[in-house]
Amino acid sequence: MTVQKPLPHDAAPLHVTGAARYVDDIPVPANCLHLAFGLSTIAKGRLSGLDLEAVRTAPGVVAVLSGADFETIPDCSPSAHDEPLLSDGTIHYAGQPLFMVVADTHLNARKAAALGRTTYAEEPPILSIDEAMAAGSIFEDGPRIYTKGDVAAALAASPHVIEGRIEIGGQEHFYLEGQSALALPQEGGDMVVHSSSQHPTEIQHKVADALGVPMNAVRVEVRRMGGGFGGKESQGNHLAIACAIAAARTGRPCKMRYDRDDDFIITGKRHDARITYRAGFGDDGRLTGVEFTHLIRCGWAMDLSLPVADRAMLHADNAYDLPAARITSHRLKTNTQSATAFRGFGGPQGMVGIERVMDHVAHVLGRDPLAVRRTNYYPEARAADGAPEGSISGKKKQGAVLDTADLAGRGSVRVETGTGSATRFGAVHSPGAGAAKSGVTPYGMEVEDFILGALTEQLVETADYAARKAAVAEWNAAHDILKKGIALTPVKFGISFTLTHLNQAGALVHVYQDGSVHMNHGGTEMGQGLFQKVAQVAASRFGLPLDRVKITATDTGKVPNTSATAASSGSDLNGMAVKAACDEICARIAEVVAPDLQAEAAQVVFQGGMVRAGQAEMRFEEAVQKAYLSRVSLSATGFYKTPKIAWDRIAGKGRPFFYFAYGAACSEVVIDTLTGENRILRTDIVHDCGASLNPALDIGQIEGGFVQGAGWLTMEELVWDATGALKTHAPSTYKIPACSDRPRIFNVALWAGENREETIYRSKAVGEPPFMLGMSVFSALADACSACGPHFPDLQAPATAEAVLAAVHRARGPA
Amino acid sequence: MPQVTLSVNGTQMTAEVEGRTLLVELLRDRFRLTGTHIGCDTSQCGACAVHVDGALVKACTALALDLDGADVTTIEGMAGADGTLSPVQQAFQDHHGLQCGFCTPGMVMAAAALLSENPKPTVAEIREYLEGNICRCTGYHNIVKAILAASGQPVDDLAASVA
Ligand code: FES
Ligand code: FES
Repeated sequence: MTVQKPLPHDAAPLHVTGAARYVDDIPVPANCLHLAFGLSTIAKGRLSGLDLEAVRTAPGVVAVLSGADFETIPDCSPSAHDEPLLSDGTIHYAGQPLFMVVADTHLNARKAAALGRTTYAEEPPILSIDEAMAAGSIFEDGPRIYTKGDVAAALAASPHVIEGRIEIGGQEHFYLEGQSALALPQEGGDMVVHSSSQHPTEIQHKVADALGVPMNAVRVEVRRMGGGFGGKESQGNHLAIACAIAAARTGRPCKMRYDRDDDFIITGKRHDARITYRAGFGDDGRLTGVEFTHLIRCGWAMDLSLPVADRAMLHADNAYDLPAARITSHRLKTNTQSATAFRGFGGPQGMVGIERVMDHVAHVLGRDPLAVRRTNYYPEARAADGAPEGSISGKKKQGAVLDTADLAGRGSVRVETGTGSATRFGAVHSPGAGAAKSGVTPYGMEVEDFILGALTEQLVETADYAARKAAVAEWNAAHDILKKGIALTPVKFGISFTLTHLNQAGALVHVYQDGSVHMNHGGTEMGQGLFQKVAQVAASRFGLPLDRVKITATDTGKVPNTSATAASSGSDLNGMAVKAACDEICARIAEVVAPDLQAEAAQVVFQGGMVRAGQAEMRFEEAVQKAYLSRVSLSATGFYKTPKIAWDRIAGKGRPFFYFAYGAACSEVVIDTLTGENRILRTDIVHDCGASLNPALDIGQIEGGFVQGAGWLTMEELVWDATGALKTHAPSTYKIPACSDRPRIFNVALWAGENREETIYRSKAVGEPPFMLGMSVFSALADACSACGPHFPDLQAPATAEAVLAAVHRARGPA
Repeated sequence: MPQVTLSVNGTQMTAEVEGRTLLVELLRDRFRLTGTHIGCDTSQCGACAVHVDGALVKACTALALDLDGADVTTIEGMAGADGTLSPVQQAFQDHHGLQCGFCTPGMVMAAAALLSENPKPTVAEIREYLEGNICRCTGYHNIVKAILAASGQPVDDLAASVA
């Protein structure tokens, strides 16, 4: 079997030779045109004048379009139809596209775009969380609230109660390949679009809408992205739509790629947030109840903000069994870039809140934060509970028939009430009000697969936590300037799209007469190794070596109605869909060759390039030939939908997740108390990928996710000025981790265990969960600050040198 | 328009360029060597790194006209004529030194330049040398490992383990 082998990325030979093609590398016809946007320089107001004369007459310019050139301005939103491609006269943020230039070269388009002359009727923008709260500038009709038990009573009866708040910065994706798209007009008004997108179906749907054609007139192809991280779930819509419109109007191929600064200034980022908390606890640190208020800055348009903010709420517990909880979430509308999906999708923000509570409780009690964490863990799953149930054929009632406009987008706002079985499920699994059932999340889902007790124990040993904790204390007692800190933090991350109907996938598998296999599935490749993992699944099903299996670009013409490659779901969903298609073909071949092998079809197995039954066997190619000559189809589609899930997002009740992925990290850091500068000295990780489909790729996801997560909470700082202009819009001002920022010592191990749920070869999703291992660095930095004085350092995120210095001063208290 | 003639991966190539044309534009748009990537346009990410007369240069910073007569090697010129990968390329593949691959050509060029200056670099030297090359995917661990391996040094003590 090729699954569970640490094989290199399938495209590695192409990458190391420069032969791998990204959108901007695809050869285009000589008459290809290039696009650029002209951007707003104010954050809020009206466009009172737009003089594009100089733009039109600039060298190489073929066309210039502004909002006035459309009867209806095409919409780019993945949710609420609130993102016109070009401003309709109202300005919502600094960086909003006002007009688009179509020119003969990329450079000419960009130069011309700088020549637009605008006059504005400016209005004071709403930028900060406080301004938005004061103005009541929110999405949805009010805050979302999830409750479990009676928190007020729990806090009133608690021996200790703490209060606090933490600001959590946003994050730029900085996918190394910027956003890009290429539209190629076809006969009869059809359009082919190449897009650097995690969501080809969304691009297809939005382009079709913009062109006023049915979806079958638009074909979208995505071979690969140079990184996505959520930033290409919806943010590629604008470029694809702009290119398609320009291509339709000029009849020429049109291409657009954002210059890096434009990419920063135009596109959405991770949501920044403020979380306030009140927590009650006993002398042992066991929480009695917690109240969280999430203030989530969503930017100007809705995009995917509602499910992002929901997921923050769904991870407000992280690994901890909260006897009572109340989580209130405000989704704030501000005149900034429309915040969007980013690895973890709100989960990280939610988790930072409860991890801060853990550190705060430990500080008050003078206990080891790890002891407080473990005291509060969910009950460990019992081994005997491991009997698998559910299957890929499990039937779950889908939502009611819905408006087709936005079904494929995670931000869908019209489908809130459509997930039919949620209420029924909730009734079974939700504790009644006030019932403090152990092992149940604040949203009423039983945690059946908790392994963090044992996983933490392993990490405590491999990282030598106790001895190093003592060594850190010794160091701190002996040193005044450089202080060290250490922390071990867990991750429990829910796997599934919370919009239930998105948890489906399709695949198309062909076996050719020569026995080679070709397949497509709905997932997109952005470096995570999805194609390789899925190819390993197919090779294993057919019993073939991997080089007999080819996956080509994701194509809406091959596999329709795909969900975004997001929510870490890529290999779970598409692996299962491909398995179903392969098994279908194997069954047909078995039927044909069973008589030759003197066996029943059910006894035929596919192994080592052979088709066997007992002692009899024939080569796979021969079996394929026989099937072909017997006029048996060697092509099949496969389909998969995740079983067991049902979720009512308004009530905040149900089972939104098929299972949880777990991990824990132990980080040791050092800070300079004079400057606030800091370094990660060592990180040890144990992470749960179930029975890994490919340990090498999974370890790569863990390492990369951890470094990105640590970057978010330490050096990555977005700064807007008082006018709402983003001042950190290039790598010169926005610092992402470089090679020297990774931990000096970095040990990553996979947890040995398989998924209790019936996933593809019992593996677990790995895209997002390791991101939150970066929290260990933040807590370790807080620990180092704590070593500077008796007070709670109240470190804020990101823990830049300034933030660390401020925390050091807070720990020391008033001079 | 002025002409520039340079050797690219061993082949003499000539093109008319504007005074402002960048090397990266010449390579990508005119010579169709798209393995040299543009990640930031402002000489910070290293995705566009190539060798000019043996030295590591960010092609988005170099003016094409300045390079008349120069010897340029891009990622497309790193493998042997028969397609055999160079040790650095092979090591990046074997040690999983890539995910999305967008930084890879620049990383490979930087690593090759490092090893020609310093055949047995320490981990600290590798980390420092790669300061100008950003990777958003890998967390760098496997990149450092690949370069150590390419230099013939053991990577075990750096290895992430499968428990
Ligand atoms: S594109 Fe040249 S360094 Fe980034
Ligand atoms: S592999 Fe994606 S940026 Fe390095």
